[in-house]
Amino acid sequence: MGEVSFVDVSKRFTLRVDGELHHVQALEHVSFTVHDGEIVALIGPSGCGKTTALRVAMGLDPANAGRVTVDGREVQGCGHDRGMVFQHAELLPWLSAMQNVMFGLEMKGMRGQPLRETAKKYLDLVGLADSQNRRPHQLSGGMKQRVGIARALAIDPKVLLMDEPFGALDAQTRESLQAELLEIHARTKKTILFVTHDLDEAVLIADRIVVMSHGRVQEIVEVPLARPRADLSIVRGLPEFNDTRYKIWRMLHDTSTVH
Amino acid sequence: MVDIADTQNKSAEPEVAERRPLPRWTITLLSVAGMLALWEIFGRHVNPVFGSYPSAIVVAFWELLRSGQLGSALSESLQPFVVGYGLAIVIGIPVGLVVGRFRTAEAAFGIFITAGYAMPLVALVPLLILWLGLGFKVKVAVVFLMSLFPICINTWLGVTAVPKTLIEVGKSFVAPNFVILRRIILPATLPYIMAGIRLAVGRAVVAMVIAEFFTTISGLGAVIINSANNFDTATMFVPIIILMLMAVGLNTLIGVVEHKVAPWQAEIAGRDRE
Repeated sequence: MGEVSFVDVSKRFTLRVDGELHHVQALEHVSFTVHDGEIVALIGPSGCGKTTALRVAMGLDPANAGRVTVDGREVQGCGHDRGMVFQHAELLPWLSAMQNVMFGLEMKGMRGQPLRETAKKYLDLVGLADSQNRRPHQLSGGMKQRVGIARALAIDPKVLLMDEPFGALDAQTRESLQAELLEIHARTKKTILFVTHDLDEAVLIADRIVVMSHGRVQEIVEVPLARPRADLSIVRGLPEFNDTRYKIWRMLHDTSTVH
Repeated sequence: MVDIADTQNKSAEPEVAERRPLPRWTITLLSVAGMLALWEIFGRHVNPVFGSYPSAIVVAFWELLRSGQLGSALSESLQPFVVGYGLAIVIGIPVGLVVGRFRTAEAAFGIFITAGYAMPLVALVPLLILWLGLGFKVKVAVVFLMSLFPICINTWLGVTAVPKTLIEVGKSFVAPNFVILRRIILPATLPYIMAGIRLAVGRAVVAMVIAEFFTTISGLGAVIINSANNFDTATMFVPIIILMLMAVGLNTLIGVVEHKVAPWQAEIAGRDRE
């Protein structure tokens, strides 16, 4: 199981700009649910609160009001039931790829032989078995993010939370990682909540798309594309893909011109 | 035609290899040799009370070494140096880590570290002598106090420079605070710590000599003072040069240690292939 619910979540930040205090309402009464095994994308213009929502779900930032639950249990701080994939992978530069994956597992209390075997298994899953001894700076951007995904998956979380995981990659690498993520999802059936600013990516990968603007959920859109979406180049040609894409593009366009 | 092209290619290859720059140690060696030569040439024209030159210093060095004076002076000096400098490392790093990591500790103790760095220690030596006597202990204290603060401050600065996201990686995997400190903050801070340890070498050497001047005249400091009082300038330069060489040697050693404990740093900076 792995069901994530945002129940009336609000979050306010206080910033000091030139000596003046500014209150930023990052999230305002946000409610939606990610069902077990589902992939949901959070999309919206920058500053719409999508990353904040993910951080609240991870437990890195507390909500001011409302709550996030995972399988009915309220999130209070970080937990092993959620695995986080960071925007720039954020691998520990002094550890090898293997050791980076092992780090998360060790924090879960795993030791000895199972530790190595599990880490190996997940590096295999992301196709990096041959590069296990390389340090992050010896890996390409795409490989780094693969390690980041392996590190999060290895602790076997109920939910995978991804913060613009492919945003910093070149187009080609991004496409191959998107396909790989779908493959991993097909195999592991993990619940995935991911933040993106890439409209194509949201439609290609997600089952549903939560469109956010100004800290609110503007709309939740179902993606009418069947799984498995084995060949993403074919998916891109489907009318359903383009219709959905256009629909959301209009939504984002409307909000950005109104304000 | 094919044959000719082939031989041309072959002869071109070693030429490319020969254009590699001089190894850096060769450049250092040449620079030192040039400096010594200049000193030798001009030093000979100076009254031996006012100055000296390398060959006279080498002779004085040999004299000191043969009489056994140098060996015993060196060991007398090194003992408080090693203990004081070692204590500064062992205490300075954890203090810097804690002050850098915890806001409350920073607010409570940060000011003492910043102020301590600028403490005019020479002025305090008489007071230290009153507390600790004239012997080994006061020398350790002087070396310790001089080298503690650069190590502490660098560690502290290093901790505050650790990217927040790396700490969040630890948090998101539910790492307890001390695990974050030991497994994320400490390795991320290592380059800063090593820089602090390097900076402290110079101060520790100076501190050692100060301590020997002010307390029981002993060790290398005593050799300096006694030969200066006898207007034996060449002999006076022997311990001075030995101290400087010691600092250079320690610096190199620390560089090697740094490469061992934090190899990724040199690799990221692209300095590992030099």
